[in-house]
Amino acid sequence: MASITLEGLKKTYAGNVQAVKGIDLAIEDGEFVVLVGPSGCGKSTLLRMVAGLETISEGTLKIGERVVNGLEPADRDIAMVFQNYALYPHMTVYNNLAYGLKNRGFKKPEIEARVRNAAKMLEIEEFLIRKPRQLSGGQRQRVAMGRALVREPAAFLFDEPLSNLDAKLRVQMRVEIRKLQRRLKTTSLYVTHDQLEAMTLGDRLVVLNAGQIEQVGTPMEIYARPASMFVASFIGSPSMNMVPLAYLKTQGQSTLLDDLPPDTDTVGIRPDDLRLTPPEAIHLTVEATLELYEAAGAESHLYVQLIGSKQPTVIRVSGQPPVKEGETLRFYVTRQALHPFDSASGKRTD
Amino acid sequence: MQTKRSTYQNRWLPYLLLAPQLAITLVFFIWPASQAVKSSFERTDAFGFNTSFVGLANYARVLADPSYLNALGRTAIFAISVTALSMSLALLLAVCVNRVLKSARFYTTLLVWPYAVAPVVAGVLWWFLFNPTIGLLPHILDWFGIHWNHRVSGTQAMILITIAAAWKQISYNFLFFLAGLQSVPHSLIEAAAIDGATPFKRFWTIVFPLLSPTTFFLMIININYVMFDTFGVIDATTAGGPGQATMTLVYKVYTDGVAGLNIGSSSAQSVILMAIVILLTFIQFRYVERRVNY
Repeated sequence: MASITLEGLKKTYAGNVQAVKGIDLAIEDGEFVVLVGPSGCGKSTLLRMVAGLETISEGTLKIGERVVNGLEPADRDIAMVFQNYALYPHMTVYNNLAYGLKNRGFKKPEIEARVRNAAKMLEIEEFLIRKPRQLSGGQRQRVAMGRALVREPAAFLFDEPLSNLDAKLRVQMRVEIRKLQRRLKTTSLYVTHDQLEAMTLGDRLVVLNAGQIEQVGTPMEIYARPASMFVASFIGSPSMNMVPLAYLKTQGQSTLLDDLPPDTDTVGIRPDDLRLTPPEAIHLTVEATLELYEAAGAESHLYVQLIGSKQPTVIRVSGQPPVKEGETLRFYVTRQALHPFDSASGKRTD
Repeated sequence: MQTKRSTYQNRWLPYLLLAPQLAITLVFFIWPASQAVKSSFERTDAFGFNTSFVGLANYARVLADPSYLNALGRTAIFAISVTALSMSLALLLAVCVNRVLKSARFYTTLLVWPYAVAPVVAGVLWWFLFNPTIGLLPHILDWFGIHWNHRVSGTQAMILITIAAAWKQISYNFLFFLAGLQSVPHSLIEAAAIDGATPFKRFWTIVFPLLSPTTFFLMIININYVMFDTFGVIDATTAGGPGQATMTLVYKVYTDGVAGLNIGSSSAQSVILMAIVILLTFIQFRYVERRVNY
């Protein structure tokens, strides 16, 4: 087990295309860090640089106290779980797990013990003699995890390992990965484009956009205080509504908005912070026409258009309130729920 | 597998469309092949006036003939060495081309050219290169103290036809191996790299086993190629000589039948050759395919 330190890590491809533009990040020993961002943000490239599958153009990468920039993937003491699992199709599950140990010259009894132990932990003992093609998606995923953990590496690297599973299995495996990591306390770096997966798995999130870090923090820190409009709209589902400040001021409650920092021109409001009933705290009121009512069981999503604005807005309420499409509704939002942004820089202003 | 059933307005149209292919198969394969089977049971006198049914006499004589059994042994050696040589070189070239990113297409095009060369032309080409009087290679071999004359040495003649026959087949094998290599998922090789396998080990424990369907297919194709299609190469280089040193089964069919006019024996030989190839292919599918990973 070890910490992972990234100092000014850059990746430049031929033709001067910068995929990763200088990443500084310190991952502590035993920590579970999730790299999250939209496709093409450089998160997978960054993970592959840590694994040693991509060369590092600039910067320093340390695993533990060791600079590993020039080391082969095998010498970095890491294990990786691939998106497509990358199981060796011609080997049995047992041999898939044992392959890395055999290559490292482990003795047979030791290999046997470790493979049995990992198989037991992942509940795949009965599949050890099968070939990967005889397994279901979830079972393959477990084998891929097993291959990573038999080696007892300093760090686990996960490259979107759940994206090939169906929704139900994804939730189940997500929980298992988290439990396993808690138990083994192995430093983990996990890449995903799914914000919910990121929120639920990580001790800390790193939100990436266009090869740069937008924000680093615990899931709730990031949710509660997104540092930029990008993070605000990326984390949380449905994404945060962005309302022009000028519009809110025309709604006749400008005194409430006076204490916002001077650069502010846009206000972010989470879909669940717009309420149908007035709260006791001091609040704003907006009027909107309900365009689409989406009932989703425990909660409902109301797609509305603010009166006097073209701004599409979404509101999340619990249960199914008795409202109809086409109706004009009043929504209430407290001062504390407003996230002030400067749309020119995209940054938070307070 | 489900195939779509086509419907035709005129019920004779499908037969008409099939006719050319059927006619060609009938005229150039079924008819001559059945003629061969028929005449393998017959004896014709030297002038072609009298033909009599002799049962299995032709087969009995052929199989008791030491020169035929020699040819059988030589064909086996020839088939194994051509297949091994052309497949191993083709795999090596495919691995090299698969590693280069920029000019892969360029190399592929160049490496496929030999396949477009007619067997006889390929034979003539190697005949020139190895010609003991005017050839370049015997001259070079002389520096190393090797005296090359395939007109005298049976072993050297065998080496010559092996090289010539293998050279022509490398292109074909190369294309299939390259396609096979490109279909091995890159993440498997990366996973093996993380699992601590050296590039050499990665190839033999991951890539090569995954190529086994291609290797198996090529093995059958190559053996069939050596059995039948090397006639032109042999005819243009050694013509079966010196002595009978490069007399393979297919070449012996020709010498005994066309040159020796022993149609009965020649037909029996070609039927046996056909049977051997069918048997080999059957055995390969039956026993080797089981070890193949699909």
